[in-house]
Amino acid sequence: MNQKRKIRILVAKPGLDGHDRGARIIARAYRDAGFEVVYSGLHQTPEQIVQAAIQEDVDMIGLSSLAGAHMYLFTRVAELLQENGVDDIVICGGGIIPEEDVPKLKKVGIKEIFTPGSALDDIVKWVKKNVKPRGVTY
Amino acid sequence: MFNKKDLDGIRADNKKWQQVFKEFVSKTPERLKRFSTVSGRSIRNLYTPLDIEDLDYSRDIGFPGQDPFTRGVQATMYRGKLWTMRMFAGLGSARDTNKRFHLLVSEGQTGLSTAFDMPTLMGYDTDSPRSRGECGRCGVAIDTLKDMEILFEGLPIDRITTSMTINPPAPVLWAMYIAMAEKRGISRSAIGGTIQNDMLKEFIAQKTLMCPPRPSMRLIIDTIEFGTKEVPRWNPISISGYHIREAGSTAVQELAFTLADGIAYVEAALERGLNVDSFAPRLSFFFNSHLDFFEEIAKFRAARRMWARIMKERFKAKDPRSMWLRFHTQTAGCSLTAQQPYNNIIRTALEALAAVLGGTQSLHTNALDEVLALPTEEAATIALRTQHILAEESGVANTIDPLGGSFFVESLTKDMEEEAFEYIKKIDDMGGMVVAIERNYPQKEIADSAYRYQKQVDSGERTVVGVNKYIAEEMLPVEALQVEAELEEKQIQWTNQVKNTRNNRKVRDALEKLADAAQGDDNLMHYIIDAVKEHATLQEICDVFRDAFGVYRDPGVY
Repeated sequence: MNQKRKIRILVAKPGLDGHDRGARIIARAYRDAGFEVVYSGLHQTPEQIVQAAIQEDVDMIGLSSLAGAHMYLFTRVAELLQENGVDDIVICGGGIIPEEDVPKLKKVGIKEIFTPGSALDDIVKWVKKNVKPRGVTY
Repeated sequence: MFNKKDLDGIRADNKKWQQVFKEFVSKTPERLKRFSTVSGRSIRNLYTPLDIEDLDYSRDIGFPGQDPFTRGVQATMYRGKLWTMRMFAGLGSARDTNKRFHLLVSEGQTGLSTAFDMPTLMGYDTDSPRSRGECGRCGVAIDTLKDMEILFEGLPIDRITTSMTINPPAPVLWAMYIAMAEKRGISRSAIGGTIQNDMLKEFIAQKTLMCPPRPSMRLIIDTIEFGTKEVPRWNPISISGYHIREAGSTAVQELAFTLADGIAYVEAALERGLNVDSFAPRLSFFFNSHLDFFEEIAKFRAARRMWARIMKERFKAKDPRSMWLRFHTQTAGCSLTAQQPYNNIIRTALEALAAVLGGTQSLHTNALDEVLALPTEEAATIALRTQHILAEESGVANTIDPLGGSFFVESLTKDMEEEAFEYIKKIDDMGGMVVAIERNYPQKEIADSAYRYQKQVDSGERTVVGVNKYIAEEMLPVEALQVEAELEEKQIQWTNQVKNTRNNRKVRDALEKLADAAQGDDNLMHYIIDAVKEHATLQEICDVFRDAFGVYRDPGVY
């Protein structure tokens, strides 16, 4: 039987930043939208995040950063996915991200950046449009 | 406050007026189905003496500087001395932040407030693998006593007070400050300032984490005990609602959880054997000032009255200073928008006005660009000027508690007090705040409120100008502050240089003594001061705590 799997998302907080209001709200919004959600909790290294994404077999990683270290941390997550030979997990990010950093992040493989003021519905719509459950299950 | 006969007359007239109001509304409906505050509290169409008929002026409102302090903690309030204009600042290296401090002092700021970078806030050195990419990003990097010396170089720390927003490693940063002052010939009894040092709200909201709640309480009580005996002008804790609110709580939750945290600290200090009136006068508080103007003013007034009652009735304090709730305020970062950022100046001005009308002791006004990055000098100066205009042009500081006696404000003050005491009772019934945190109770309450609020914004039920209404197509460009890319490497090299020139045997001895003491009941502050004087790094000392007390992991509730 060919059953369509739900979209699985890892919501992750890389680095030492503790601002988790956005990450927790987005995790709940994804859950309410019918996605399967894994929330990493705080203070994860890029290595831990990529390991969790692979183990949990997610389709997307949503990264949240509000303390300015997004350039290093988001880039590192993208690099590590590549190093692990993973090319079908979508990465998006959100938080306090200056406008001029957005194109740089997209260049390293972050598919979309959601800055303050983004509506939950719009983010959910974006996910539905841009993320497909990977592979086909049994 | 009103006699029965007058009240009966008002009651009859009010009934008639409400009828008239209803008739108008039946023809032209009200603008909104429900009028409510930013926290979701329903607001009635009119407030009259009937809403505050139970209040007793002397018992519930009283006079400034007198129990129950509803109208202010000092008798003279801003007629004597304006609030302290204390702008939070910190970026890049100690040298960079030192420059910003000199600028702020020359611009008329009357107190310093230090923002640290994430590694410092979490007790890691810049060279830790966990610190990669974070150095100097959201505040200043401090690894050793040398950095602390540079940070305050040339600043008159015997005349101005310094606040440090630091939590798990607060004892270490405080020890560095004390050691720095003493090296400059200023005794610890002469320095004044505040360390935030409030771990309970970290577990609840801000999440800079190191050790579990119970050993964290021990470290905090060590600082309170040490401060009471040796650093009498210092506030060893700033019990903070700010971050609880930023995490998405309502105004009442901010009020209730902050005071419940305060209760937990007082209880722990009493358990240590301290006399309540010996330490309670140095407890200080820190609140958020959000956009809902009257609700915020009422919150500040309710906080003062509640704390006075808690200290007097629950803890039997005798010294009126133990009943004072002195507080710092910061305007709400979470109310700022990245869209049309210049509007943030107006938001901040309104929030600052609420803080002043609420009787704050010190104030930080956010810069218009803080939703984008650390503030530029220009943006930080506008924010400070906002305070100057309030203080010296608007006339709002001419009399004390100008809104006291307003039917609306007094009624809100009373309602918020009652609701916050209900929360406190719930927490007491659980066994106190530490247990409540271990059960994730406040964390869940706040997450629910935050989600509810976001849904209201998304649905347009709550207006956020520039975000879900009055949207402009074009973004006005705002110049964002850049942090030097080479900073991290430079800081690592510098700290290595300090490590190579210190006496490593003495560092090891000091750390071993600290580790031994951590296993017993001694107050750890003296051991920490000895270690920082030998230039032990922040992380070397915090690793002793992590080894002795364990590491706390956020449960990740959402």
